[in-house]
Amino acid sequence: MSIVTVQLGQCGNQVGPELFDVISRDALQGEKNAFGAAVRERFFHQTSRGELVARAVLVDMEPKVINHSVSRAAKSGVWRYGDASRFSEKQGSGNNWANGYCVHGPRHRDVVEELVRREVERCDRLAGLMAVMSVAGGTGSGVGTYVTQCLRDTYPRSFILNHLTWPYGTGEVIVQNYNSVLTLAHLYQLSDAILVHENDTVHRICSRLLNIQHISFADVNRVIAHQLASVLQPALAADSRGVYGRNPLGELAGALSCHPEYKLLSVCTTPQVPSSSMAYSTFSWPSLLKHLRQMLISNTKMEEGIDWQVRPPAGSERTGSLLRSGFNRSLANLLILRGKDVYSAETGGFEEPALYTSWLPSEEAFSSWKSPVPFNKYEKCATLVSNSQALLRPLDDMVGKAWNMFASRAYLHQYMTFGISEEDFLDSFTSIEQVISSYSQLH
Amino acid sequence: MTQSIVVHVGQCGNQIGCRFWDLALREHAHVNKEGLYDEALGSFFRNVDSREINGGACAVGGRIQQLKARAVLVDMEEGVVNKILQGPLREMFDSTQLLTDVSGSGNNWAVGHMTYGSVYREQIVDKLRKAAEHCDCLQCFFLIHSMGGGTGSGLGTKVLSLLNEEFPDVCRIVSSIYPSAEDDVVTSPYNSVLAMMELTEHAHCVMPVENQSLVEIVNKIKQMSHTRRPESVIRGDSAVISGQGGLSGTEKPFDAMNNIVANLLLNITSSARFDGSLNMDLNEIAMNLVPFPRLHYLLPSLTPLYTLADVSVPTRRLDQMFSDAFSKDHQLIRANPKRGLYLACALMVRGNVQMSDLRRNIERLKPSLPFVSWNQEGWKTGLCSVPPVGHSHSLLALANNTCVMSTFMELRERFTKLYRKKAHLHHYLHVEGMEQSLFSEAVGSLSSLIEEYHLLDATKGKLMPDAPRLCIAR
Repeated sequence: MSIVTVQLGQCGNQVGPELFDVISRDALQGEKNAFGAAVRERFFHQTSRGELVARAVLVDMEPKVINHSVSRAAKSGVWRYGDASRFSEKQGSGNNWANGYCVHGPRHRDVVEELVRREVERCDRLAGLMAVMSVAGGTGSGVGTYVTQCLRDTYPRSFILNHLTWPYGTGEVIVQNYNSVLTLAHLYQLSDAILVHENDTVHRICSRLLNIQHISFADVNRVIAHQLASVLQPALAADSRGVYGRNPLGELAGALSCHPEYKLLSVCTTPQVPSSSMAYSTFSWPSLLKHLRQMLISNTKMEEGIDWQVRPPAGSERTGSLLRSGFNRSLANLLILRGKDVYSAETGGFEEPALYTSWLPSEEAFSSWKSPVPFNKYEKCATLVSNSQALLRPLDDMVGKAWNMFASRAYLHQYMTFGISEEDFLDSFTSIEQVISSYSQLH
Repeated sequence: MTQSIVVHVGQCGNQIGCRFWDLALREHAHVNKEGLYDEALGSFFRNVDSREINGGACAVGGRIQQLKARAVLVDMEEGVVNKILQGPLREMFDSTQLLTDVSGSGNNWAVGHMTYGSVYREQIVDKLRKAAEHCDCLQCFFLIHSMGGGTGSGLGTKVLSLLNEEFPDVCRIVSSIYPSAEDDVVTSPYNSVLAMMELTEHAHCVMPVENQSLVEIVNKIKQMSHTRRPESVIRGDSAVISGQGGLSGTEKPFDAMNNIVANLLLNITSSARFDGSLNMDLNEIAMNLVPFPRLHYLLPSLTPLYTLADVSVPTRRLDQMFSDAFSKDHQLIRANPKRGLYLACALMVRGNVQMSDLRRNIERLKPSLPFVSWNQEGWKTGLCSVPPVGHSHSLLALANNTCVMSTFMELRERFTKLYRKKAHLHHYLHVEGMEQSLFSEAVGSLSSLIEEYHLLDATKGKLMPDAPRLCIAR
């Protein structure tokens, strides 16, 4: 079953090609075996000449980034984008969510829907749709939200995963908090699962773990692509009896977003080392899993700087408080293990009820997938997708800043010009405050 | 890719415009080695094959035949425009883009705005429309004019209000040259204040530039180039005041100053024309930097001012470049930003600067720059990979800072000094359509603008409590 990806805006169209790069390398390796075939079916369709064409639609309101991505893919010689899978306008959305959602989205609805329909028809079976976008700008966030709405209307029974990139806390775009709040509030009603990467976190991974001196957006996007690909590549669920999962998005959503109030997912991968040190590193499953578990509990996204003092509270102390001892409570976790000796890995540490909320039994809360095929040059790789309180603090900060700005009515005239009123803002704030409240009271 | 049209009005506007087109050609010639008419060129130039019958507009991708500037030149006396038409840039403009008269506006805003404004209204709209029709996707009008004279100030603001009427959806970015205190035009305060009212009403963004700051920058560079130390020899074409490498041969007196403003316009549009890892379009400037519709006065500052000829000099320059952008020596108006409150700030970086360098410098500078309480991280950033001619990297900082109100307060004072004595007023009141109430309206508009800035500035240093958040019932 296949996933159709919609890349939206500048960020979406920069992360997308990196993602397909990582995935296509695996597709080539498993030339004759089941894994390679599953990868190819899931993400590419093959032309009569055997070329891999990504199952993707590229959408942006200005042409520069799409041009760059398409030509870069073509140069790789391994995969490329479809010739007619792209749509760009001449003038961007000006970092204005209202411009993207109220003007550009509806204006180009038919064209974009047509492009997606063509990709979907090329799939034998559709596993679901994935929208890749940022929340800070105007196109990714505004047009992306509108397109997600259209996809939901057109494919009511398909799974929709939104991959969001959250901007650096210290401004890439001044109105980024407004755009983020509006996007999240709307997506919460439309999406099945919202997978988030934060630029700040990925930046730290690049500087501390990967030792990159001058970090560029390409470096950041590569890490995001690595983590996202490690989630989406084919894997075997516990009861799958050797057949690669055919419904990845559905299984992901089913495992993790079990309640409509809780849809925010974060990703954590280990190990992450600079490619120059990979030859000298050896990894063992017990060590990797122990670190990963502590990363989950203490809400650290890297192997460095983990706080080993944080422990899940004992049974009697189940009160949900944001600040309490730094413990990150999970709703549900999905552990994906790839590589050598994967069946010997002991995952019991993730099944303890103390990690989870009391109203979901831990057998329901924890799932794991495995694949013996090594991933992206790592002999062993463990990825944890969690629905937990991990994103609570950044979300709260984002809303706090947006609310302060809203209270002084700054920039509102820019949104009102395109049809978003103060009422719309208030509705969005209310929805997100509800999400924050739900997550902080998790116990 | 979008197109922009540059409208220059008055003597100052046209002189700056002339430098702008020269430097724009130089920049594109530097980058475009194959002589193909590409999208970047298309944003400011049309490609025309004059042998064709229908006017011969050529599409993107072909060879360059003849470049025509996307410009409209307006002046009420012929001297400056004639000089342009006799100079090396004459091929770039055709008669449909020019509007001239003979007698000038006599340094009188009312003559420019009302008299010529009504006489030439049809023609101006016509020429603007023609220029707009040549554009596939028109994004922005750039208006260049001075505030102190009659044509640039009066007719220029009339053109601005016509742009608002005829093309309400197109962004209007204005570069206004404000007169210094020692300006030789006696009535410049009247002209400036009357023009300010129009700018506050009809422009999306205004970048005020003061002649005095330009003079100081020119002097600084000249001083640098006169030292004999070998390691401080400046590369000829790199100085922000230099027109070297362009078409015009000898430098005329105001050229050095005008080149600075021309470079400002080139840098602002660089990210919209060229590729980069974080593109910043022109409509994003207005969106991010203008929190309240009337407070759209942005302080520009350009660094570096020159590159040293000796490339083996180590580059500590990158961090220095960021620090310089926030010192008042590099600003194009004389207000002191550290004394005011930043409402928002945009950094447009060109050249091979990585995102981590940008972030590191923002972190470094943030503590010393006071930002308004609801916009503590009010930074907008853009990375363009093509550097300007003669540099490996450059930075343009556009700040919306309340210190601009000190410039406006000075202007108001000079106005009041004259107005109290009713000096020279009769020249204005003689013009048909002009009434004394317009003066009080104009100074009233200026005062309320100053008041708005002042209210925000007053919050500086105070710890503003966070607004109480919405409470969700459990």
